[in-house]
Amino acid sequence: METRQLICINCPMGCHLTVSMEDGKVTEVTGNTCPRGHTYGISEVTHPVRMVTTIVPVENGEIPMVSCKSAKPVDKDKIFDVIAALKNVEVQAPVRIGDILVSNVADTGVDIVATKEVSRI
Amino acid sequence: MMKNNKQLVIIGGGPAGIAAAIAAKKAGIDDLLILERDQCLGGILNQCIHNGFGLHTFGEELTGPEYAWRYIEQVNELNIPYELNSMVLDITPDKEIRYVNSEEGVKRLRAKAIILAMGCRERPAGALSLPGDRPAGIYSAGTAQKLVNIDGLMPGQEVVILGSGDIGLIMARRMTFEGAHVHTVAELMPYSGGLKRNIVQCLDDFDIPLQLSHTVTNIKGKDRVESVTIAKVDENRKPIPGTEIEYPCDTLLLSCGLIPENELSQKAGIELSRITQGPRVNELLETNVEGIFACGNVLHVHDLVDFVSQEATKAGENAAEYIRGSKPASGHEIPIETGGLVRYTVPFEIDPLRMDKKQTVRFRVANVQKGGYVNVYVDDKRLIHRKKKIMAPGEMESIVLNREWLDENSQSIRIETEAE
Repeated sequence: METRQLICINCPMGCHLTVSMEDGKVTEVTGNTCPRGHTYGISEVTHPVRMVTTIVPVENGEIPMVSCKSAKPVDKDKIFDVIAALKNVEVQAPVRIGDILVSNVADTGVDIVATKEVSRI
Repeated sequence: MMKNNKQLVIIGGGPAGIAAAIAAKKAGIDDLLILERDQCLGGILNQCIHNGFGLHTFGEELTGPEYAWRYIEQVNELNIPYELNSMVLDITPDKEIRYVNSEEGVKRLRAKAIILAMGCRERPAGALSLPGDRPAGIYSAGTAQKLVNIDGLMPGQEVVILGSGDIGLIMARRMTFEGAHVHTVAELMPYSGGLKRNIVQCLDDFDIPLQLSHTVTNIKGKDRVESVTIAKVDENRKPIPGTEIEYPCDTLLLSCGLIPENELSQKAGIELSRITQGPRVNELLETNVEGIFACGNVLHVHDLVDFVSQEATKAGENAAEYIRGSKPASGHEIPIETGGLVRYTVPFEIDPLRMDKKQTVRFRVANVQKGGYVNVYVDDKRLIHRKKKIMAPGEMESIVLNREWLDENSQSIRIETEAE
C-alpha cells in the first residue's frame, strides 16, 4: 500500500490529507473535514492537472507581449513541456482574446489561447 | 485657466474605477469621466496573467486581462469617457481636481461627486528595515511581475523571496517558468499571507521551500545582490543566532503587504483609518467629505477582484443617487464596534435610514481562529451567531445586516469573533 500526503486547496483550512492507494487506485482519503477534500485528494493523486499561463512576444503590437493560457488544464507533469514549446513562438498583431496562438501544444491535445487584446500599430 | 464641470469623476481606471463608472452610467449619470494614469484601462489586472479571477462574478476562472476586458468592453459599449496617461495631482475638499498629461498639460475639473479608485501599492523595501547592503536587484514582487509579464524582461535568475503574499507566490512560479531558480520564500509570520491554493500550485509543485517564521538578516552585494541571508525568528520576531543560511543569488523579491494609496485623499481632507489606511466610509461608501466616495483597494485591500467589482458597483450607484439628490441626508450614523479578532469593518458606520435592505459589511481578523463564531449585536441583542470552521488574516470575511434589525432609535452595532 502506498500513501501520499497532500494539503487540500479548497479553503483556508488547508486540511492535511492522507491518500492511501493500492495498485494505483485510491482506497482511502483521511484528514479531510468535508467532501471537497475527499474529491480533491482522489484527483490530485490519480490525475493532477494545472492551467498554464504565460506570455509570448507579439510583433507590430501596441504592447510587446501578449498573455496567454492553456485552453484547458494540462497534465501537471507536462507543464515544462508546454513552457518549452512556447519558447520560440512569436505572434503577429492584431491579437484578440481567445485567438489560438499554438494548437495542440507539446502534443497535449490542448491549445494555447490569447488572454489579452493587442492592436496593431 | 478654463474650468470644466463634470457630474462625476472617477480617479483610477482599474477594476474598481471601471465597475464604479459602469454602475453610475447605468444609473443614469452620463456626464462622467474616468482618469487613468496608465496607457490603458484595467489597472493591475493587466499584469496578473494567471487565472483564478471571476469565479464569483462569472462562474468561471479567468485570467486578469480577461476579467478586465469583460468590463472594458462595457465601458466601450456604454460610451463612458476616459482619459489615459492622465495623472491626478490634487483633489481639494470642494472637489476640484487638478491633473496632468503630456499632450494637454495641466487641466482642472470641478466635480459634483468623486469616486476614489486609486488602488494600493506594495510595501516598499524602504519600509521593511532590511539589514545589509543596498545593491541593485531588490524588487517588489509586483514590479517584477510588471517587468516579466508586460515588458517581457527578466529581473534576475537566482531568486530569494521575502514575504508570502500572493503576488510573491505567483511570481515564484512565474520566474520558474521563465527559467529562473527560486531558492526559497521566507515569511516572518508563523502563517502565510497567501492563499493555500497558491502555496500548493506555485511553491509545492516546483519544490520551492516556504520557510515560516524566517526573515532576511543580511543582504550582500556592491553593485548587484550577491547573496541574501535568511534566519529563523523567535516568537518576538527576533532572529535566532546560529540559524542563518546564506543563499547566493542576484535577486530579492519583496511580497510584504499592500497599502491603500491615499495621498490624494489626504489632500482632499479625507479622514483615514489607522488600521486599513483607507478612508473611513459610511454605509454609502462615502468618505467624511460629502460627495467623495471610495471603493476597491484604495478603501481596504481585497483578496478577490470579484468583491472589488461588487463594492465599486455600490459606490457607483450611491454616487449617482447623491448627484440626483435622491438619498436623504445622513442623520444618525452608528459606528460599528469591533470585538475579538475583528480588526476593522467596511463600512465603518451605518445610518439605519440609508443602509441597503441587505447591507454587506466586510471585515478582516487579526489572527487565525479555527472553530468559533462570528457574532453581531445590535443594542446588545445578538442577531447573528454564525459558526466558522476557520478565519484567517489573509481571507476577507463578510456578513449581511438586515435593515429591519435597525431603526432610528438603535444605538450600537457590534461585530465580534468568539473562540470556541
